[in-house]
Amino acid sequence: MSQPFRLNKEGLINRNKKISFTFNGKKLFGYEGDTIASALIANGIHLVGRSFKYHRPRGFFGAGVEEPNAKLQVEFNGHSEPNVNATEMELVEGLSATSQNCWPSVNFDIGAINNFLKMFFPAGFYYKTFMWPKSFWYKIYEPFIRKAAGLGVASIEKDKERYEHKFEYCDLLVTGSGPSGLASAYAAAKNGAKVILAEDKPRFGGTLLTDDVSIDNLSGKDWAEKIITELKSMPNVTVKNRSQVFGYYDHNMLVMFERVSDHLEKKSKFTPRQRLWYIRAKETILSTGSIERPIVFGNNDTPGIFLSAAAKEYMKVFGVLVGKKPLIFTNNDSAYETALEFKKNNVEPIILDTREEHSSELIDEAKSKGIDIRFSHGVIVANGYKKVKSAKIGKLNKDKNSFEKIETIECDCICVSGFWTPSVHLASQSGNKLKYEEKIDAFIPDKKKQHETSVGAANGSFTLEESLKHGFENGSNLSAKITETKTEITIPNVNEKKYGAHDKFWCMPLPKNENPKRFVDFQNDVSVSDIEIALREGYRSIEHVKRYTTLGMATDQGRTSNLNGLQLVSNIENKIVPEVGHTTFRPPFTPITIGTIVGREVGMEYMPTRKTPMHEWHEKNNAVFVDAGAWKRPRYYKQGNETLFEASKREAKNVRENVGICDVTTLGKIDIKGSDAAEFLNRVYTNAWMKLPVGKARYGLMLREDGIVMDDGTTTRISENHYHMTTTTAQAANVLSHLEYYLQIVWPELNVNVVSTTEQWAGAAIAGPKSRDMLSKLYPDLDVSNDALPFMGYREAEFFGVPSRIFRISFSGELAYEINVKSDHGMFMWEKMMEVGKEFGNQPYGTEALSTLRIEMGHVAGPELDGRTIPSDVSLNGLVSKKKDFIGKNSLGRKAFNVESRQKIVGLIPIDRKSSIPEGSHIVQDQNAKLPNPKLGHVSSSCWSVENNNPFSLAIMKDGKNMIGKKFFAVSPLKNKSIEVEVISSHYVDPEGKRVRS
Amino acid sequence: MLYIKCPYCGLRAQKEFSYGGDATVKRPNINEEVSSEDWDNFVYMRKSPRGKHIELWQHIAGCRQWIKVQRDTATHEIFQTAKVTEEIR
Repeated sequence: MSQPFRLNKEGLINRNKKISFTFNGKKLFGYEGDTIASALIANGIHLVGRSFKYHRPRGFFGAGVEEPNAKLQVEFNGHSEPNVNATEMELVEGLSATSQNCWPSVNFDIGAINNFLKMFFPAGFYYKTFMWPKSFWYKIYEPFIRKAAGLGVASIEKDKERYEHKFEYCDLLVTGSGPSGLASAYAAAKNGAKVILAEDKPRFGGTLLTDDVSIDNLSGKDWAEKIITELKSMPNVTVKNRSQVFGYYDHNMLVMFERVSDHLEKKSKFTPRQRLWYIRAKETILSTGSIERPIVFGNNDTPGIFLSAAAKEYMKVFGVLVGKKPLIFTNNDSAYETALEFKKNNVEPIILDTREEHSSELIDEAKSKGIDIRFSHGVIVANGYKKVKSAKIGKLNKDKNSFEKIETIECDCICVSGFWTPSVHLASQSGNKLKYEEKIDAFIPDKKKQHETSVGAANGSFTLEESLKHGFENGSNLSAKITETKTEITIPNVNEKKYGAHDKFWCMPLPKNENPKRFVDFQNDVSVSDIEIALREGYRSIEHVKRYTTLGMATDQGRTSNLNGLQLVSNIENKIVPEVGHTTFRPPFTPITIGTIVGREVGMEYMPTRKTPMHEWHEKNNAVFVDAGAWKRPRYYKQGNETLFEASKREAKNVRENVGICDVTTLGKIDIKGSDAAEFLNRVYTNAWMKLPVGKARYGLMLREDGIVMDDGTTTRISENHYHMTTTTAQAANVLSHLEYYLQIVWPELNVNVVSTTEQWAGAAIAGPKSRDMLSKLYPDLDVSNDALPFMGYREAEFFGVPSRIFRISFSGELAYEINVKSDHGMFMWEKMMEVGKEFGNQPYGTEALSTLRIEMGHVAGPELDGRTIPSDVSLNGLVSKKKDFIGKNSLGRKAFNVESRQKIVGLIPIDRKSSIPEGSHIVQDQNAKLPNPKLGHVSSSCWSVENNNPFSLAIMKDGKNMIGKKFFAVSPLKNKSIEVEVISSHYVDPEGKRVRS
Repeated sequence: MLYIKCPYCGLRAQKEFSYGGDATVKRPNINEEVSSEDWDNFVYMRKSPRGKHIELWQHIAGCRQWIKVQRDTATHEIFQTAKVTEEIR
């Protein structure tokens, strides 16, 4: 069980703890502190996946978020996750990783035939090829492309993990714990500011962990540790590792993704897997560092080719060699540090430097250590299919576009460095227009847009001294403005190596007659020739080139490809990069799980559940519930093996014949008080309200300003200046806002106050011919006769010692009452009603029976008041006063509202008196007419009329009542039904309304 | 997510508010004659400016007050917030 590429000593991993895992079924081991990538490389495994389009073999390229290739399907802790970045995912015991986008295996992938057909897959291939014939798209092209392209497979199992959201506020958010981030956080913390320091990686310190530097005579790593330890001990500082700030939104809101427990072997049931932080920061320090840029050359995607800094990180952090015969290909000094690190570990590197022979501190050191340096050299093409075996290298002529000499040398890895690109994603997301910095050939943040301050490498400062200085200064100044305290900090002494100038060289030329693929964007398989084609075909805007070639898209977001792509476009177009511009950086910076976005809002926690005080009784009595907004309402009370249809018929019939009770707590209730309350209601409702006496209720209709019905309900005058308004369950919140709008903005002179009392009252309706008898038993001391408590009457009385309100109102069309008691007494009231009602045949009824009762009475509800109907459409024009003004009145005169043929409410019965008419059916003259069949109306509500024992529906139909007596078809293509119907009055039962007044 | 300063409660997250449209629209007085053109303008016609816009928001999950917010519709910058009884310059 030896690991051939593991160094003996180096690294920050815990060699005392072995961790076993599998890769493509093979049993392997690594150490605690390894990533999947470092453990695989230690085991000599480089081929991990196939590329997106051409299915070319791919290995690791980076050592962190910059990795474009190594995305694996990973199974651990009982779940399977696609597209996991192998360079970021920490190794845990029992983890199992498999390659994606390959079949049957990563070693032998049939899709790789695309690689040999690549002349057929240029940029824009999909756009050009799959355009015709149109009918082929769904059945042939799309499934084929889906199978061939694409990454991992999303699990279809329920995600059992816990995810959390957290809202946080701070003075200063620092994103990244490299030298500049640590310095900023430290200075701000010393000023007493509330600081959050976020680090994406498990270890704090950023480049301090890998660079050969010293600060105040401590190694970079030790200094970072010292600062972090001190920050952790301060109560005003929150320090978070494994936390990626991935989005910068409006008003200084940043969102952070914390990987809480994937790296833990054991965790408590309540530990979330991941946590999403919404952070509102007064100031932000963007110390996100920089990402190394590759140089483009032939077959530069072959496994075994790494970014040079990644190779160094594997040695210094993980104690792993990416190869034993390395070629270092660079245009700058930083790669020399990688070479020196190889040398330190007894590996002999060869450096190919595109610059002409010159001298610098690092070059001199490399020379003195006897490293083979070849100036004016570069890699032309890497050889080897599944792993680099050798490289064709060339000595460049002075023009850097042709070769003086070409030779092939053996190597097992190529470490490439094309200088550094500041990570400006967050700054750009904040709205910062970036500017091009000639000195480093990259974009850096320009003038502040929000409260973002970029420091260190993210701002284009590539020396430690400068980064620390900027960090301390900005951290101190920004926080001092907030805390009004300034603690002096001495900037530490720094020892670092001085870098010479880099070479502006990004793409290796090709010798004549050679045409290997040269990739710019590895993740999206975009090569130099693809960009050339896009430009040749006339795409000029960089945003269009991006979309045509897919350069810089997907999870990668152009981390390693962006600037090389721009350089190429600018070279071909003979423009300079700032003229070409850059594409938009979009959040998230790195992929985050859907689970984290959703957080705890799943299942029962998706939204709050509102239960009435009688809910437990309903549950105990076999109620089947239905959602009414957030409310749970009994739909029907199941007896034995009853179906919904049977139960609702039984319940509704019992109301028509005996008496039933219904929980109506969910109706919206608004308490209205004030000396102008009557005037206010008079303006809000379409009908007259000035003369409603105390102790009486009235049905009211309210419109929107555009004349459309908004809501209906009864309002009762409790006392001189006190009213109790009811709204429909669905509109309760809207109506309250509506009333508040008019009281606060339009008519503030009215002395009226409104407040929601929906939750304060429990309500039960008692309906049916025997309801008065039942009521008299419930209130033995009260005169409940028709004279004493007439229709629309109101009384307050004690209900078995409990204060209650009695309203004689009816939704069912039967003689009915509604009793309200304080919510706490709701259950008491309900149980008492069930007990007392027994002798009258009382049964509870649910919303389904409630609907049946109102439909056959022709009472309108939500399906008719659907935001398209005015009062006369639903036969409520009797409620529209001609004498007074009210909200929406002026709109009712509009021409379209007054045409005779306007769709209005009617009733429908099937000719066969048997077939139920599906809600939503269209009413047509001829069921066999050619499509599009002219639609005359639609079926809004359907029920089984218990009174007449046949189906009955309400419909909104052209010409309304003029159609009564005529026959049509109600067709529902959805249910594949066509039913012949006859139009009748919408008032199917008791059209004169005698029962409610009896 | 916007950060809106309620004149009654202070800075609160957008989640607590509900948008209410153009705050400069004035409803014709009740009980007064209004031409159908003026009425239609009030009900339907709204400007959709790019830039500064004075709009109504209601602090529904807070004090339930309707407030005025002057916001840039392109950048979301909020310049000023006020009670509905106050003027925004």
